[in-house]
Amino acid sequence: MTTPARARYDAVIVGGGHNGLVCATYLARAGRSVLVLEAADRVGGAAVTREFAPGFQVSAGAHLLHLMPPALLNDLDLGAHGLKFAAHNLPTVALSADGQHLSMQAGGGSGARLSAADARAYTEWRRLMRQISGALHPLLNGAPPRLGTDAWSDRKSLMRLGWRIRRLGRRDMRELLRIGLMNVHDLLEDRFESPQLKGALALDAVLGTNYGPRSPGSVLSLLYRLAATGGTEVLSQPQGGLGALSAALGRAATAAGAEIHTAAPVERILVKDDRASGVALASGQQVLAPVVVSNADPKTTFLGLLGAEFLDAGFVRRITHLRTRGFTGKVHLALDRLPKFPGLDPESLRGRLLVAPDADYIERAYNHAKYNEYSAVPMLEVTVPSLSDPSLAPAGSHVVSIVVQYAPYELNEGWATGRQRFTDIVIDTLGAYAPGLRECVRASELLTPADIEREFRIHGGHWHHAEIAFDQFFMVRPVPGATQYETPLPGLFLCGAGCHPGGGVMGLAGRNAARQVMNRAA
Amino acid sequence: MSTPTEPHYRQPLLKTPFHERARALSQIDRFIPWAGYTTVDVFTSAEQEYFSVRNASSLFDLTPMVKYRVAGADALRFLNRLMTRDLAKLKPGKVAYVVWCDDAGMIIDDGTVFCTGPNEYRICTAERQMDWFTASAIGFDVRISEVTEEVAALAVQGPTSYSLLRAVGLAGLERLKPFEHGQFSMPGASAPITMMVSRTGFTGDLGYELWMEPADAGVVWDTLMRHGGTRGVRPIGSQALNMVRIEAGFVLPNLDFVSAAHTLRIGTERSPIELGLGWLVDFKKGHFTGRRALLAEQTRGPRRQLVGLDIEGTKPAHNSLLYTQRSGRTEAGSITSATWSPTCKRNLALAMVDAPYIATGSVLWVEIYLNRELVWERRMVRARVVERPFFAPARRRATPPAEF
Ligand SMILES: Cc1cc2nc3c(=O)[nH]c(=O)nc-3n(C[C@H](O)[C@H](O)[C@H](O)COP(=O)(O)OP(=O)(O)OC[C@H]3O[C@@H](n4cnc5c(N)ncnc54)[C@H](O)[C@@H]3O)c2cc1C
Repeated sequence: MTTPARARYDAVIVGGGHNGLVCATYLARAGRSVLVLEAADRVGGAAVTREFAPGFQVSAGAHLLHLMPPALLNDLDLGAHGLKFAAHNLPTVALSADGQHLSMQAGGGSGARLSAADARAYTEWRRLMRQISGALHPLLNGAPPRLGTDAWSDRKSLMRLGWRIRRLGRRDMRELLRIGLMNVHDLLEDRFESPQLKGALALDAVLGTNYGPRSPGSVLSLLYRLAATGGTEVLSQPQGGLGALSAALGRAATAAGAEIHTAAPVERILVKDDRASGVALASGQQVLAPVVVSNADPKTTFLGLLGAEFLDAGFVRRITHLRTRGFTGKVHLALDRLPKFPGLDPESLRGRLLVAPDADYIERAYNHAKYNEYSAVPMLEVTVPSLSDPSLAPAGSHVVSIVVQYAPYELNEGWATGRQRFTDIVIDTLGAYAPGLRECVRASELLTPADIEREFRIHGGHWHHAEIAFDQFFMVRPVPGATQYETPLPGLFLCGAGCHPGGGVMGLAGRNAARQVMNRAA
Repeated sequence: MSTPTEPHYRQPLLKTPFHERARALSQIDRFIPWAGYTTVDVFTSAEQEYFSVRNASSLFDLTPMVKYRVAGADALRFLNRLMTRDLAKLKPGKVAYVVWCDDAGMIIDDGTVFCTGPNEYRICTAERQMDWFTASAIGFDVRISEVTEEVAALAVQGPTSYSLLRAVGLAGLERLKPFEHGQFSMPGASAPITMMVSRTGFTGDLGYELWMEPADAGVVWDTLMRHGGTRGVRPIGSQALNMVRIEAGFVLPNLDFVSAAHTLRIGTERSPIELGLGWLVDFKKGHFTGRRALLAEQTRGPRRQLVGLDIEGTKPAHNSLLYTQRSGRTEAGSITSATWSPTCKRNLALAMVDAPYIATGSVLWVEIYLNRELVWERRMVRARVVERPFFAPARRRATPPAEF
């Protein structure tokens, strides 16, 4: 690692994930001296590009960019910092074994065999989701209100929340309140006929979570995903993978004046007179700062870096009980050549391919995870990024990046033996839509939640650092006592996916946290 | 001890190792449940038993006190983060009175900590605490086990208690200072009985607490009772103890405060500062659970405080409301514990009083209801805020204690 230029900064940020970098940029823009310390040898956290087989590069964690609000992308001026898109506005394609795939795009839905009723229902669905997510989106843009305080700002944001929901109009407001606590399976059952359509929408609801479509909370998770973009979800693929986005964020932070060091794991958050006073690096070096912002997940931050002795016991218990076990795995395939996907046109193939033929398929896949087994027939979200971005693979070869559910953190039989078996299952599951796939695979890699924990230093390996659930959401995220990016320890802040609004490559947690840090000092 | 032949659901209340002795001496059959055990409320008459504490020697079975053993490399760090006092100063052989709080700085329970060795402690509590202790142990290398049933405990309290214990053969007891403990032995049926003795108690008087193997309990009781003689030993129940503990100014959970682990209504939990136990809170020792909340409370000033009251007349002011004026228009708090004190000859009470009226010397009005053959009368009498403890004889601290 390189050595920090100074012994003292206005703010030290632990972790150079995308949220840490966004937070650093805004703090540096506000004139603070900012140091970012990232344990890995590149910035980006779970949004990185790396080699997984000789000559093959992949976005090792997140593989699609769809949640970062355009306003934030513009404000950070990432284009000027080298961000280019290999593909923009990619379609989502619900695969069907008979080749009658259903293609959906930001502009609208199209494709196979939707009944007239479904077509109408889908149009209405999109309208409703646009309305609701438009109303909820502003909530993600700032610190959530705190309950039980006398602070005017908290009351104001609560009132604004009520007002926004009221403004949806009687019909949509009722619908929001009706469906908010439902499971997505019932909701889709109410509205649609096509199993394919229900499967695709259910996948969106459970992706990255420990939910099946029938789990309560799955609608919340879906609304969360939609709210992030205000209902206009546009899928894109940065040139060079998600790591290129992180690299651009790093350059933006540096340009704003922040200093970034990689391969610089922080070992401990320092405390003096009951305030965060800096950090101690694994190298032994100490850096002082009156503000420490942690991009690491809450368990790592509080139990690993700070330590229970600086916290109250009730708070520590809440942190310990935070649900942080991941159920999502990642499979990377290096292909000598691309097999045929019958029924898929080249444009669709470049998109986001879903293997979730119906909602019950997902529920069945989920059953296994409850008992620490992998899904016998898993749900997949597949991209072939090398189609739009040939730089990721040797000429003529291809990279397949697959998000797979469900893969438990702890596997009954152990991942040592389960690893190859599950990888084969994933390949064969996708192979049902691309005959001959197995023969094209030159190399493969499986990241289980335990691998994700190790590689990205995310406790439990959870997509969102902590489950998106009513009791870990919005005003109480990650836990009461650590909301609004603040912690019980003065001077210590959080800025990662474990905070409001949550995970996904979105950047809002980082930006909101920077604002909160500046509010505190003001 | 529970009889192993009977399943626990057949005997919802356990019996202490002293139970058979106590039953034999109970004249009016007044037993009450206490922490899962059946215990004596009154043997004969609370007043008579009271006088054995203040004028002679008393035996009180405190086996139901919940006891924990805490050990491990982080035992001291664990306790110092759990409790508000600085226990770094508590060396082996010493005992400390302690409270612990939740995150909001509200009392969960009070108790005593015995340092039994380096990083080895015994904690005695009023209520079961395993859940909170376990939560507090996250991140600390410490083992906690409940040992309530493994230890029989007997309080020997009163001005002649020292002589009584000497008479049964506890050598070296003269050196034991208040809040110290040690291992002592006395002759047993066949072999000597060794036990831990601490100079602690809940009476505010000279006294000791004996912590022994349950198997030794009967012999110890019999020996003490045999050696009473002119020292006047007598077993006492909870009622007499309640009188003396009020004189001593000690608080009891569920009477003077409700544990923050049990309160349901907002604002009914109590902080150590509110209970007048601010002296137990050490802000300088480093972090402990509730510290930030208590610091804020200290800066803000407490909303109310537990005070001692000296009340006109002789009728104990049980559960009474307090007012700022005789007219009874403005409430100022309420009585939590009350007794007529035969020794002080004063009508005493502990009361939770709103902040403006907590200063010593403040005058408040107490509303007392009297039941005169089913005819209720209401009295408004004057009460003065006075210093606690109400009763603190010099003999409780004298080392060596006086012989009788
Ligand atoms: C398999 C998988 C697929 C996903 N796919 C998508 C997707 O397609 N689209 C999408 O939007 N989202 C996706 N996500 C979610 C998204 O990747 C994460 O929610 C997001 O990256 C979290 O960003 P962050 O900055 O909050 O935290 P992280 O990315 O986790 O960054 C935290 C950083 O802190 C560092 N750190 C931790 N401890 C220390 C320490 N002691 N010292 C120094 N540094 C430390 C870590 O190394 C890491 O770089 C996916 C997640 C997973 C697991």
